[in-house]
Amino acid sequence: MSAIGRAVPRLEDERLLLGRGRFLDDLELPGQTWMRVVRSPVAHGRIRAVHTAQAEAMPGVVAVITAADVASAGTIPVRQLAPGLDFTPYLQAPLAGRFVRYVGDPVAAVVAEDPYLAEDAASRVGLDIEELPVALDARDSAGLIPGSFGDAPAQVGTVEFGYGDVDAALEAAAHVVAVDLRTGRQSGVPLETRGLLAAVDERTGRMTIHGATKVPHHNRRVTARMLGLAEHRIHMPETDAGGSFGIRGEFYPEDLLVPYLALRTGRPVKWVEDRAEHMVAANHAREQIHRIELAFDGGYRLTGLRGEAWLDTGGYIRTHGAVVAVLTGAMLGGPYRLPAFRSRVHIVTTNKTPVGTYRAPGRFQNNFVREHALDVAAGRLGIDPVELRRRNLMGAQELPHRRPMQIFGAPMLLDGADHRGHFVKGHDRVGYAAWREEAEQARAAGELVGCGCAAILEKAGLGHDSAVIQVDAAGAIRVAMGGANVGQGIETVMAQIAAHEFDVDPGAVTVVLSDTDILPDGGGSYASRSTVVGGSAVKMAADQVIARARRVAGRMLEVPPGRLLVRQGGFEDPDRPDARVSLGQVAAECYSPREARTGEETGLIGRGTFVADTMTYPYGAHFAQVRVDPGTGRVTTLRYAVTYEIGRAVHPELVRGQLRGGTVQGIGGALLEEFRYDESGCPRDVTFGEYLIPRATDVPDVRVELFEDAPAPGNPLGVRGAGEGGNAGAGAAIANAVRDAIGLAGDVGELPLTPSRVLRLLRNS
Amino acid sequence: MQLEPATDIPVRLSVNGEKRELTVEARRSLADVLRRELGLTGTRVGCETGVCGTCTVLADGDPIRSCLTLAASADGTSVETVESLAAGGRLSALQKALADHFGLQCGFCTPGFLMLATALVRAGGPPDRERIREHLAANLCRCTGYTPIVDAVESVLRDAA
Repeated sequence: MSAIGRAVPRLEDERLLLGRGRFLDDLELPGQTWMRVVRSPVAHGRIRAVHTAQAEAMPGVVAVITAADVASAGTIPVRQLAPGLDFTPYLQAPLAGRFVRYVGDPVAAVVAEDPYLAEDAASRVGLDIEELPVALDARDSAGLIPGSFGDAPAQVGTVEFGYGDVDAALEAAAHVVAVDLRTGRQSGVPLETRGLLAAVDERTGRMTIHGATKVPHHNRRVTARMLGLAEHRIHMPETDAGGSFGIRGEFYPEDLLVPYLALRTGRPVKWVEDRAEHMVAANHAREQIHRIELAFDGGYRLTGLRGEAWLDTGGYIRTHGAVVAVLTGAMLGGPYRLPAFRSRVHIVTTNKTPVGTYRAPGRFQNNFVREHALDVAAGRLGIDPVELRRRNLMGAQELPHRRPMQIFGAPMLLDGADHRGHFVKGHDRVGYAAWREEAEQARAAGELVGCGCAAILEKAGLGHDSAVIQVDAAGAIRVAMGGANVGQGIETVMAQIAAHEFDVDPGAVTVVLSDTDILPDGGGSYASRSTVVGGSAVKMAADQVIARARRVAGRMLEVPPGRLLVRQGGFEDPDRPDARVSLGQVAAECYSPREARTGEETGLIGRGTFVADTMTYPYGAHFAQVRVDPGTGRVTTLRYAVTYEIGRAVHPELVRGQLRGGTVQGIGGALLEEFRYDESGCPRDVTFGEYLIPRATDVPDVRVELFEDAPAPGNPLGVRGAGEGGNAGAGAAIANAVRDAIGLAGDVGELPLTPSRVLRLLRNS
Repeated sequence: MQLEPATDIPVRLSVNGEKRELTVEARRSLADVLRRELGLTGTRVGCETGVCGTCTVLADGDPIRSCLTLAASADGTSVETVESLAAGGRLSALQKALADHFGLQCGFCTPGFLMLATALVRAGGPPDRERIREHLAANLCRCTGYTPIVDAVESVLRDAA
């Protein structure tokens, strides 16, 4: 039975269920010390002095460092350059030297023998900071010169995407609908906070850094460059990670401080972020101001879409550079037929926590903006919102479709099969018409119940990745690949892909992720890419193992290699049931002098590197039914369903899990989650008591319907990526359902729709 | 009695059935003592303010937040952690059900949910989803969307009924 397409047991589960895991803080090394970061208590200021003497004198304190100590490291570079944008003035140094730019900006670091002592000592570091005026609104601040970036303005730049004459389309339109919307500041807030442990081996001079995830190979490169080390002197082994959602694993200031301090002190240094730190230090996301204009002809067909957005990127430009802006701008059009399109995004710094990529970056926002504008338009034009979508979604005859624009330097080739067909099929499968009837009856009985839907276009599979598969003489199969464990079940999925090729049980395959000593390069896990790109690399490596093994097996069995079949981890001649060699026997033969003389690498090893020339574009639809409490403004999600075109599901239950979990995060983003600041730039939401993420009673059972109607043409597995489609559409569907429930003529204004905001809408409706 | 936070205090605990006598600083949390003094790293800390429930252990059978509990104040209690659940290396019914229903992804919150749900399973009662959701709402999971955790607990309660 094929290992692909089955809900096999996860390889990760046993250790996690037994409480064994291998999370960063589970590791303790002899002689280990603890780092604590001293952070700015003010949002914007000039540093006059940092007083360290008192902390240094405390018993148990090993080192105290300030910006001058790490000045030679420079600033943290972006991972992906953006043509036309110069990020240089906006990059963050590991420790702030002259200016602080948000509450939480690292100013000093303390190393002590114990975490409690490190915290005690950090509280004794004195900061003398002259406060400066703060900028807290991206649109209002765009023209400012804050002073803390030299002459550079608060606005880093703009990205713009488009084609056709959208101005003329709006001018000539039979109907124009314009909407202004905002999305609040949110983030992934994984339950495991960030952490690192670095230790230098005195004998070899090599440093091991535990805790890197998402992009370990990239982070090793940056660490080596900033510390002036050869890359091969740094080893980053794999780790269990308590969720990433895009925000864990980027190169942050602490990613430099911990290895620097390990080198400086000669002792292992551990840092584990506390939750209050995490809320101000790890990347935030999503705070954007949008204006969208839709042009329709007399038949309610879209003739143009024009969008402008201001992205609050916070105190600095972090590693993603302009990725959030690019995805916000380029994908605003979604899966719709759009003869003319222009979308501009301003990237503006403010005095808040810097922003990064959080699961479905840009799309949580732009799907909300576009889909909500469509519902407002449907109301104004007097057409049913489902029918309006049906009329404008691209159908089978129009796909694949090349949008005449580039995204990340590649053509935007929408490789789906039928966006309209998917939406209609999903709508029917979910029984959305009955949900709407039910809501109508509830409204007739005086309740505020409503429904909302959204059609989404997703993207997945960016860049390239590598894999090495080695079979040893006992037949043990090890897959090393460049993805990272962020809790998504990647070990299982990669094992399935390899197991499928070797016709073995996935449990017989060992997977090693992004170990920088085993694999020279790895792409990492982000952007729903690991199964698409890394999985394809694993398949290529497995194909190479089989090609080599087949030749050797043919010689061993004295049959033409082409006749052999791969069965249960070995090769068999279908005409001679007794003629069989196992992969282990073949591997042993691959070490023989005879095989060595063939010029091929000794042993049974296959290597694969897969390059995605363009992204693949999965798609789906979200359907929600909500009830609004007129007294409290609280929104209860009564029903929720997601339909999704996955191309091919390697592990259907893990795909469902990704979509369901992402949807619940998205419902949190739609209704609960927000980082707020007071007028001085002081964060108000630094615990889970204030920043509310959904609990079990806040969400219904989310139904997930997977479709495999359109295998992705651009990779050998036909897979499309599943990481972000849940989060991507939830803000849109919930906002539309709330609008329907309270009978708004206009728009909801902003997300999240907290009770106080809903009460305001109720008063004004 | 007024204590300096760094005052050493003798503490006697039963941890997973084993008697432990320790001397800990007054300010050390039970979670930190379990993890760092006793090496029981299965109990993990997610928020340090008692909101997320990741650090949930059983104290005399009841789920408590070990991040908010000072080790000193747990003196005399019987503590159970995730490490106690698999008797003889065999997963408990709840552990097995979580795996079967894909009720964990990153697994960081899993020990806390296991201890929280173990208390519910021991108490028994109807396998009612709303009741299970109410009980599980004490803890946070950021990965699964809760449905498969509810499914797992429901299946164990149903099998027990």
